[in-house]
Amino acid sequence: MTDAAELRRRTQEFLSAYPPADTVRPDFLRARFDAGLAWVHFPEGLGGLGLPRSLQAVVDAELEAAGAPDNDPRRIGIGLGMAAPTILQYGTEEQKRRFLRPLWTGEEVWCQLFSEPGAGSDLAALGTRAVRDGEHWVVDGQKVWTSSAHLARWAILIARTDPGVPKHRGITYFVCDMTDPGVEVRPLRQITGEAEFNEVFLTGVRIPDAHRLGGIGDGWRVAQTTLNNERVAIGGMRLPREGGMIGPVSKTWRERPELRTHDLHQRLLKLWVDAEVARLTGERLRQQLVAGQPGPEGAGMKLAFARLNQEISGLEVELRGAEGLLYDDWTMRRPELVDFTGRDAGYRYLRSKGNSIEGGTSEVLLNIVAERVLGLPAEPRTDKDVAWKDLAR
Amino acid sequence: MSTQPDLLYSEEEEALRAAVRDLLTDHCDAAGVIARTESDAPHDLSLWKALADGMGLAGLLVPEDQGGQGATHREAAVVLEELGRAVAPVPYLTSAVVATEALLACGEEGELLSGLASGRRIGALAVGLHTAPGAAFTTVRLEGGALHGELTGIADAAVADVLLVPADDGGLYAVEADAVTVTPQISLDLTRPLARIALDGAAGRRLGDAGPAVRRALRTGAGLLASEQLGLADWSLTETVRYLKERKQFNRPVGGFQALKHRLAQLWLEVVSLRAAARGAADALATGEDTEVAVAVAQAYAAPVAVRAAEEALQLHGGIGMTWEHPVHLHLKRAKADSLTHGTAGAHREALAELVDLRAP
Repeated sequence: MTDAAELRRRTQEFLSAYPPADTVRPDFLRARFDAGLAWVHFPEGLGGLGLPRSLQAVVDAELEAAGAPDNDPRRIGIGLGMAAPTILQYGTEEQKRRFLRPLWTGEEVWCQLFSEPGAGSDLAALGTRAVRDGEHWVVDGQKVWTSSAHLARWAILIARTDPGVPKHRGITYFVCDMTDPGVEVRPLRQITGEAEFNEVFLTGVRIPDAHRLGGIGDGWRVAQTTLNNERVAIGGMRLPREGGMIGPVSKTWRERPELRTHDLHQRLLKLWVDAEVARLTGERLRQQLVAGQPGPEGAGMKLAFARLNQEISGLEVELRGAEGLLYDDWTMRRPELVDFTGRDAGYRYLRSKGNSIEGGTSEVLLNIVAERVLGLPAEPRTDKDVAWKDLAR
Repeated sequence: MSTQPDLLYSEEEEALRAAVRDLLTDHCDAAGVIARTESDAPHDLSLWKALADGMGLAGLLVPEDQGGQGATHREAAVVLEELGRAVAPVPYLTSAVVATEALLACGEEGELLSGLASGRRIGALAVGLHTAPGAAFTTVRLEGGALHGELTGIADAAVADVLLVPADDGGLYAVEADAVTVTPQISLDLTRPLARIALDGAAGRRLGDAGPAVRRALRTGAGLLASEQLGLADWSLTETVRYLKERKQFNRPVGGFQALKHRLAQLWLEVVSLRAAARGAADALATGEDTEVAVAVAQAYAAPVAVRAAEEALQLHGGIGMTWEHPVHLHLKRAKADSLTHGTAGAHREALAELVDLRAP
């Protein structure tokens, strides 16, 4: 029997033991995790069955057909996409058992405490300090751009544990309890009017050494796992034609002939072509991954979509004519999700400005492509062999 | 669309690529191509013989029972990628793709088709190279059973054995090249030269209706041209990256300057995007699904990328890029000419406006 058929049988068995109609959602999700059907590529006992990742689709299709509840993955993206793979790779057995189940079911939301006001593209220069105090670490510093911090139970945190060595070597990776009294979360209002992100102030936060992920001073290497998974998540989307931001503007063009001008027509057609080609490029990348031949295109997809989103939404504001001078709502809110298509063109225009900054700026990504894909010489590094405490700030 | 196009290369397609590249490495070096452009015979007919006769590549689009290989546009696209990379002066796009498609559209079977499929004979569609699929084209007069008139901008006509000529009765006629006067035109693209054809009472054999045959031939030509443009762009990027790792100024490799790294990374992104668009068009031509949109998208995207890649290659090579000796000008001339071939990017965007219902004001 093939893996897929066996997995389908297991899923059906699970569904008869826990009929979605008669099982409350948290119980259903916990049982699904315990049955190894949460993420089949994880090991047995940790929500998986040690199967290839591609087989997850078999489980998802069966559960969807049965009308089963899901774990609302958009709400817990940082936990699923970044914390979980890092815990799996570097966590102790105890950490894996403690954290992964409520992470996956969504009972515990996770956030990421990486960026700082003084450490953006140069993340390794971060200055949040963690000082050893017996079986604990005491953390002081400031983090920024933290989405979900106000909802989160746990955070993945990188902090400086040794200022006396070069910056990449003195960092350690922790799991931080967001309910610690030393954690203060403040909303950070953006140009859109709302606050998706937060500033997080850490003052005398006590983290048990048992919540360290990986070795002392090994945090930079551990963080690479987190960041690589972030880029995989950004590059792996599958879209139908007109599936992205080009959809709303095309719809407006068709429905509102009175808004059309020749100049806008030329620009719209060009962006439509660019959007379709970007979609095909993403699809080709996906087909390469399925065929087990991952290409370097992933590094470029984020660059392409950032530029496209910005140009398309900018055009859309212009297409709206007099309405382009209006904005739907400047009210300060703290949304749980980022919704690109649920709001007006003006919102999309402003929000997409962040696409070339968040998750690696376009400038840094161009360096990465030039150096890792094209093999061009790396940028000169004057900070490589200097102790962090001696760096210019 | 129910299914996604297959945008990858199969193992067989990769093997085909390797074989064509080997042949071109041995028999189509840049210095030879440049020298040939200044001779009386800009086309390389011995290379053509090796591709057609030796490897059977002229007949990829022709069914096996009609003397061809019975392959698809996907394989022809791979051949064109490699020919584009080498700027090979052979009539592959014109004879093995465009003229062959016109014959297939006319339901032509027999000697003419099998002649083109074997590569023993070379065909050229006598429609100006700039003509977009679906656009109007010049015809010659049919008077008393003979053809009269003049057609210009006909690519590779200088080496054609047979011309496929549209006439004013709506028919497409096969005309032997020795029945007409072919005069080379001085062409921007040295490696795909154009010619003027004068017909002064030439005999022709009616193959079928010109309208649908020309449209199909040009659409296929436009779709597969994107793969040639991919080859051109890929060469320009690869060669420039290689050169900038070697070339030193200010005591360091020029490729280490961030201003240039970013330009090359941006170009890389456009080239990988073009690869997806070109594969999309080739697959659509092979399956017959979503063909018009896929071809128009590929052509609207390909021409500016191929031109920019060649222009960047020239600029980033510095002074050496301006010399006749360095091959970058062959790629620039081909890329610029390709941007007008079978319709400009703008013409293909206009076609899309209708196809995807984004109509003009």
